[in-house]
Amino acid sequence: MVKKKELQVAALKNGTAIDHIPVGQLFKVVSLLGIEYLETPVTIGYNFDSKKMGKKGIIKISDKFFEQNEINRISLIAPTVNLNIIRDYEVVEKKQVSLPDEVSGIVKCNNPKCITNNEPMQTRFQVIDKENVTLRCHYCEVKIKKEDIELK
Amino acid sequence: MNRKSLVSIADYSEEDILRLIGVAEIFEKNPNRKLLEGKVCATLFFEPSTRTRLSFETAVNRMGGRIIGFSDAATTSSSKGETLKDTIMMVSNYADLIIMRHHLEGAARYASEVTGVPIINAGDGANQHPTQTMLDIYSIYKTQGTLENLEITMVGDLKYGRTVHSLITGMSHFNPVFHFVAPDELKIPDLYKNFCDKKGIRYHEYTDFSEDVINRSDIIYMTRVQRERFTDLMEYEKVKNVYILRNSMLSNSKDNLRILHPLPRVNEIAYDVDSNPKAYYIEQAKNGVFARQAIICDVLGIE
Repeated sequence: MVKKKELQVAALKNGTAIDHIPVGQLFKVVSLLGIEYLETPVTIGYNFDSKKMGKKGIIKISDKFFEQNEINRISLIAPTVNLNIIRDYEVVEKKQVSLPDEVSGIVKCNNPKCITNNEPMQTRFQVIDKENVTLRCHYCEVKIKKEDIELK
Repeated sequence: MNRKSLVSIADYSEEDILRLIGVAEIFEKNPNRKLLEGKVCATLFFEPSTRTRLSFETAVNRMGGRIIGFSDAATTSSSKGETLKDTIMMVSNYADLIIMRHHLEGAARYASEVTGVPIINAGDGANQHPTQTMLDIYSIYKTQGTLENLEITMVGDLKYGRTVHSLITGMSHFNPVFHFVAPDELKIPDLYKNFCDKKGIRYHEYTDFSEDVINRSDIIYMTRVQRERFTDLMEYEKVKNVYILRNSMLSNSKDNLRILHPLPRVNEIAYDVDSNPKAYYIEQAKNGVFARQAIICDVLGIE
């Protein structure tokens, strides 16, 4: 007998649903998207069951529609995330994150002798390998592999 | 006026390098030309480097420019906590050109972004030292008559040696064959091998500094193997005498072979090599003045 799957959180009327967030990255995604500063209702789901991922995180944000460059901020830590744009309970658009050519201010350079770790200034990285996610510091030229990326 | 900073050797194209070699040759014939009359050049050495500073200041003086600056950050306001940005902006009010050395990596790039005054990077930590590379390339050109198709052997600390990494980048335009001779702990990073692969540059790696590789070389670029680079001091003891060039090892080398070293040397070139006409490391340093004269004129847009 097939049992109808129960929704784990209430459906969204208008807004953005971000699904399939790796649980380890959920709260980083929350912070990178600046969700804590929003004034609209937000549901954050943690350790939900997922057929694809085992456990996953989800975020549902009412009445908020992100610009592509805002979404791309999370591409470094959660490149597989899907965004569903919802209007009147219907998914009207699906968006994917994509890695930008340059990343400013999000990532910390992991070279302690880099000028960016010693001056009050923004970091800046060129994405030199989008497939494997490798960054190069615009200043000290150190290359940072995906697994070594540290957020500010 | 064409104002462009020199921060990294990668900022230079093949044409830039060849043009600068041409200008350096003119300066070598006549170094005393008053091209910087009325110009003030700042030499900001946040980290001391007497050799590099004297070379730059000689270059400026021979062209009739005036110099302001400091040779040690301990005597400046950066020791009071002033940011690099503030120091650079303040000096920009006074000088037409800023030549800077800093212990932090990326300092010169950042400086070039906060001021409209051209910056010449005279070394930023372990990162870049492009004028050293230009003088190395000029020395190669002078001794070989060409930059094309040379067999270049690099010996010693290829892992941390910034002069080695920059020379690979600078010579990559000219179809070289590289021979990398280093102990396992100090071998050339994958990053530079990948760079060579991408550019279609041939290279070979060795742990032995054999006569075989010496005899194939047009240029041998020696570097210092520093004790503090080793995590395992046993390993250092094992290799410290392996990468020493002795005169006897040069007996079957090519006539056009020249031995380069960014200096200072410790023991990696035996003193009996000095009298061999293939030893070029002292003249190499002299070429630094001409290469720097060429670079200074280039960033200031002086023909």
